[in-house]
Amino acid sequence: MSFLGKLSLDAIPYHEPIIMVTLAVVAVIGLYVAALITKHKKWGVLWHDWLTSVDHKRLGIMYIVLAFIMLIRGFSDAIMMRTQQALATNGAAGYLPPEHYDQIFTAHGVIMIIFMAMPFMIGLMNLVLPLQIGARDVAFPFLNNLSFWLTASGAVLINISLGLGEFARTGWVAYPPLSELAYSPGVGVDYYIWALQISGIGTTLTGVNFIATVLKMRAPGMKLMQMPIFTWTCTWANILIVASFPILTAVLALLTLDRYMGFHFFTNDGGGNAMMYINLFWAWGHPEVYILILPAFGIFSDVISTFTSKRLFGYSSMVWASGAISILGFIVWLHHFFTMGSSANVNAFFGVMTMVIAVPTGVKLFNWLFTIYRGRLRLTVPVLWTLGFMVTFTIGGMTGVLLAVPGADYVLHNSLFLIAHFHNTIIGGAVFGYLAGFAYWFPKATGFHLNERLGKASFWCWQIGFYVAFMPLYVLGFMGMTRRINHIDNPAWNMWIYIAAVGACIIMVGIILQFVQLYVSIRDRDQNRDTTGDPWNGHTLEWSTASPPQFYNFAKLPQVSDIDAFTDAKEKGTAYQRLKHYQPIHMPKNTPSGILMALGITAAGFAAIWHILWLAIVGMVGAFIVFLFRAYNNDVDYYVQPDEVARIENAHLNNVVRG
Amino acid sequence: MLIRNLSKVAFAAIALMLAGCDGGVLDPKGQIGVDEKHLIIIATLLMLIVVIPVIFMTLFFAWKYRDGRDHEVYAPKWSHSSAIETVVWIVPIVIVLILGVITWGSTHDLDPYKPLEHEAKPITVEVVSMDWKWLFIYPEQGVASVNELAFPANVPVNFKITSDTAMNSFFIPQLGSQIYSMAGMTTKLHLIANEPGTYDGISANYSGAGFAGMKFKAIATPTAADFDAWVAKAKQQATKTLDSATYQALAQKSENNPVEYFGSVSHGMFDQIVMQYMHMDSNEHMAGHEGMEHMSADHNMAGMHHDMAHMASEQKMADMESSTHSDTSSTEHSSTHQVEAE
Amino acid sequence: MSVAIPADLEVAHAEEHHEHHDTGGNTLFGFWLYLMTDCILFASVFATYAVLYMNTDGGVSGKDIFELDFVLIETAALLLSSITYGFALIFAKRHNKAATLTWLAITFALGCVFIGMEVYEFHHLIEHGNGPQRSAFLSSFFTLVGMHGLHVTAGLIWMAIMMIEVAKTGLGNRSITRLSCLSLFWHFLDIVWICVFTVVYLLGAL
Repeated sequence: MSFLGKLSLDAIPYHEPIIMVTLAVVAVIGLYVAALITKHKKWGVLWHDWLTSVDHKRLGIMYIVLAFIMLIRGFSDAIMMRTQQALATNGAAGYLPPEHYDQIFTAHGVIMIIFMAMPFMIGLMNLVLPLQIGARDVAFPFLNNLSFWLTASGAVLINISLGLGEFARTGWVAYPPLSELAYSPGVGVDYYIWALQISGIGTTLTGVNFIATVLKMRAPGMKLMQMPIFTWTCTWANILIVASFPILTAVLALLTLDRYMGFHFFTNDGGGNAMMYINLFWAWGHPEVYILILPAFGIFSDVISTFTSKRLFGYSSMVWASGAISILGFIVWLHHFFTMGSSANVNAFFGVMTMVIAVPTGVKLFNWLFTIYRGRLRLTVPVLWTLGFMVTFTIGGMTGVLLAVPGADYVLHNSLFLIAHFHNTIIGGAVFGYLAGFAYWFPKATGFHLNERLGKASFWCWQIGFYVAFMPLYVLGFMGMTRRINHIDNPAWNMWIYIAAVGACIIMVGIILQFVQLYVSIRDRDQNRDTTGDPWNGHTLEWSTASPPQFYNFAKLPQVSDIDAFTDAKEKGTAYQRLKHYQPIHMPKNTPSGILMALGITAAGFAAIWHILWLAIVGMVGAFIVFLFRAYNNDVDYYVQPDEVARIENAHLNNVVRG
Repeated sequence: MLIRNLSKVAFAAIALMLAGCDGGVLDPKGQIGVDEKHLIIIATLLMLIVVIPVIFMTLFFAWKYRDGRDHEVYAPKWSHSSAIETVVWIVPIVIVLILGVITWGSTHDLDPYKPLEHEAKPITVEVVSMDWKWLFIYPEQGVASVNELAFPANVPVNFKITSDTAMNSFFIPQLGSQIYSMAGMTTKLHLIANEPGTYDGISANYSGAGFAGMKFKAIATPTAADFDAWVAKAKQQATKTLDSATYQALAQKSENNPVEYFGSVSHGMFDQIVMQYMHMDSNEHMAGHEGMEHMSADHNMAGMHHDMAHMASEQKMADMESSTHSDTSSTEHSSTHQVEAE
Repeated sequence: MSVAIPADLEVAHAEEHHEHHDTGGNTLFGFWLYLMTDCILFASVFATYAVLYMNTDGGVSGKDIFELDFVLIETAALLLSSITYGFALIFAKRHNKAATLTWLAITFALGCVFIGMEVYEFHHLIEHGNGPQRSAFLSSFFTLVGMHGLHVTAGLIWMAIMMIEVAKTGLGNRSITRLSCLSLFWHFLDIVWICVFTVVYLLGAL
C-alpha cells in the first residue's frame, strides 16, 4: 500500500466538464465568502460565536444553513436527472453517461434525506425545543455541538466525492450484491458508507441528547401531557432515532467488513445473504421517514393553532396518534420489498400494518381541520405551507396506502409511481413542514421578519411546481416506467417526461425565490424588526423570550400549568414580569473540542475511503486526544452575573412595552 | 350525495387516465394484470371517500374561517369534542378495515408463487438476469434465448427466476406481477397472457450501468403451434448451444444485447447457475418461500450443511475477480458492447 | 463543577438547584439511553448471526469449533469482573480511594484475561483456516463476538484512564459519575456476553 493508499491525481475527474465547472464555481464562491469574512474581520466572530458554540439556538441555525447548502446540491442533482431524461428520448443518449447519471441519483437520494431533510429537521428542533419546554439549553450542550459537527463531517465527505473519486452508483439504498466489492470496486460506495456512518452516529447522539432534555429539563410544572405538540412530535422522532439509527450503524458496519476485510455477510458467495441487508436497511429506513415527517406534523400543529388564534383541537389525540405512528413505523419495513418472494401471509400482514398507519395520520388531518374550524385563520406564509401540505399530503397518503396493497405493489413497485408517492409525502409533508417552520420561527431566531410577498411567491412556485413535476410521474408509473433509467425509448412517455422537467424548473424558481427572500429580508432587516419577541401572538414559551432569544433563554425558569403556557401567562397577566432580583445563571462555555474531534474523524473517514492507514490512525487518535482534553478540562462553565441578566431583561421588556 | 358525485367525477378521471395509458399496467393483457388493475381502482375509490372530503374541507374551512370574517363563529378555547373525535377515529378505521380485508384476500389470490388454475398445461420458463440482459431457458423445449421471451397465449407460464450477479426484478407490466431475481436462489412467478401480442419486458430493479438497456420482448403467440414454430425458429437460427463455456462467455458484462438463441441447453443448466456461488452440491430447492414465514430474510440456504460434498470446481463459472470494474463511458447505446475483463 | 466559583454564588447554586444542569443525574440517564442504542446495535448483529449461522458454505459449523470449557473460563472471568467492579463502586461512594483503586485493578486484570482468551480463540481459528473470510457463519461469529470484545477493550481503556484519574484527583463528584457510567457499561457488557454465550456457544455446541 502506497503512502496515499488508493488516492492519486487520477481520482480527479478532469474529463467531466460538468463536475469541473461545478468545482470552479464552488471555489469562486468559497473564495468570495472567505474574502467577505476577511474584509469585515469576522473570522473571530465565526470561530468564537458560531463554530465553537454550544448554544442550541446557534447550532440550530448552523444546521439549517447546512440544510440549505445541501438543498442546492441535492436539487442540482434533481434538475440534472430531469433534464437528462428529457433529453435522452427517442434514442438520444442525453448528456450524462450512465456512470455519471447513476452517481447523481444515488447522491440525490442520500443528500436530500440525510444531509438536507435531517439537518433541517434537527436544526428546527435545536432552535425551538429547549425554548418550548422552558429550558436554558439541552441536557448535553457539548455533545450537541459534536453531533452537529459529525453531521457536517458526513456532508463534507459526500461533497469531497464530487471532486475526488466518485460517489456510489448503487441507488441511495446501496443494496448488495451490487454495492459489494465485486460489482462496485471503486471508492463510491466507501464514500457512501463513511458519510452515512459518521453523520448517523451524530444523529444518534442528538436523539439521546434530546430525549434526556425533554425528560429531565422541562420547566417547573410542565407535565409530559402539557408539552407543546412540536416538542412531542420531536420526542417521538427522537425515540425513533435512538431505536433505529443503531440498525443503520450495524448494517453499514457489516457492509464495511464485507468490502474491506472480505467477510461474507451479503456477498453472493461464501453463504452471504443480501436479503439480510435489505431487511436491516429498511428496519432503519422506514422509521427514518417517520423521523422526518413527525416533527413536520408538529410544526403544522403549532402553526395552525397559532394562526387561527385558537387552541389545537384534540391535543391528546395528536400525541397518541404520533406515538401510534412511531410504533407502527417499526413493523412495516417489509413493504419496501413485497416483490422479494415472501409468502402471502407475510406480505398481507405487512400490507395491513402499513394501512393501519393511515388511521392515526388521518386523525391528525381531521384535528388540523377542526382547529381551523371556528378559528380566525391568518393566511400568512407558514399557513400557506400548511394548507398546501394538507391537500398535497392527503394525495401522497392515498397513493401510499395503494402501494401498501401487495397486489397493487406487484405492478407499481420501483416504478415512477413510487417515486411520485414518496416525493409527494416527503416534499408535500416534511419539506413543506420545515419551510413552514422556517417562516414561522425565522423572526424568533433572527429578530426580523421574512419578506412576506417573496415568501408567498416561493410557496406558489413550490406548490404548482410540485404538481407539474410529480403528477406526470404517477402517470408514467402506470405506463410501466421504472425508476433509475438513464434514457427513454418509449415515445408515449416523452410528453410526461417533458412536463415533469418543466415542473422541476418551476420548483427551481421557488427555491431561487426562497434565497432572494432571504437576501431581501436581511437587506431590509431594520424595517422589519420583531421587537416584542411575540410577532404572531404565539401560544408557547419560545414566544415569551426576546427575538433573538437571550443566550440563556430564560432569566427565571417559567412556571407552567397549561399546554399553551405563554397564552396562559398572557391571560393571567403573568407574562413579561420584571423581577427585582435576578439569580446568577449557570452556563456552559463554548468549546473548539467538537469541531476538532470532527476534524479528526473526517480525516479518518477520508483515510478509510482511500485506504490510507496512517491517516486513519492519526485522525482517530487525534479525535480521542481532543476528547480526553475536553474530559479533563475544568474550565467548561461560568455564571452570568445578575446585573448583566437584569440589563438584558430590562432592555427586552422595554422593547416589549414600546412595541 | 356530494361524496357520491365526487366519486363519479374521480371515476371518470381515472377512466380518462386509463385511456391515456396504452401499454402500461392499466392496459393489462393477462388475468393477473386485470385483477391487479381492478384492485388498484377499488382501493383508490375507497380511499377517495376520505381524501376528497379532507381536501374539500381544508379549502372550505380555510376560506370560511379566514381572518376578517367577523360574522363567523369564533371559539378560541374550543379544543375537544368527543363526538368529532370518535368520528375522526372511526371513519379511517372502518375504511382501513375494509381495505385490510380486501388486501388480505387479494394478497393470497395474487401470490406470485401460487400456480394459476387453468385447464391448459402450464409451460415452464427459467429466467436468469445477467449483466445486463435476460436469459430465458426452456427446459421442456431444450432451447434458450436472450432478451426475447415467447410462450403461447392462454397458457399459464411458470417462471423460475434467478440472477447471475446483482439483484434485478423480472417484470412484464402488461401481464402483471413482478418478482426479484437474486443470485444463489430461485424465486417464482406465475403469469398468463389472455391476448396474443408482443409486450415490453424490463428489469424493475436497478442493477448497474447497463440496467436501462435490460429490456426484452415477451411474445404471447396466438396458438401453441405458433409457439412451436418459434421454438423451431430459435433452434434453426441458433449458432450455439448453452453449456458452461457459452454461459461463461454470455456472463461477461454487455449492454443492449440483441436477441440471441441457443439451439440446445445442457442438462440442469439453470440449477448450475443457481448453485454457482456455493461450495457444495445439493439438490435441495433453494427458494426459501416457506422460510419467509419466520423471517423475511430467511431465504437462506436452510439445510445446506457443512458435511455436504464440495461442488465441483468447474461449476464455479463466473470468476468474480476477472469481471470487476470497467469503464463503460465509451459504450454506444445502440450497439452491443462487450466489456473486456481487466 | 464547582471549580472557580465564588463562595457567595455557591449558595445561590444550592438554593436554586432545580434550575441548574443536574449534570450527574442527567449524565447517568443520558448514558443509560446511549446503552439502549448500543443494545439495538447488538440486537442487529445478533439477528444477522441468527440468519447466517447455518450458512457455513461447506466449512466448519459451531459444533466443530466451539470449546465450551474454554469459553466457560472466559465467561467466569467476565462475570467475576462485574462483581469486583461492584466492589470498586461501593468503595468509591465511600470515598475510599485505595480500596477503589485495588478493586478497579482486579477488575481490569479480569477483563484482560477475558480479552486475552478471546484473542487466543480468534487466533487459533484463523490459524486453522477458519477465519471470518471463510463463510457467512464465521463472518457473523467473528463480528458478533469481536464487537463485544471491542466494547470490552474500550471499557478497559476507559477503566485505565479512570484509575489514573482517581489516583491523581481523588473521588470527586465528577469521578463518581464517570465510575457509575462505566459501571453501567461494564454490567451491560456482561449481560450481552450472557446472551452471546447462550446463543452462540451453548446453542451452537449442542
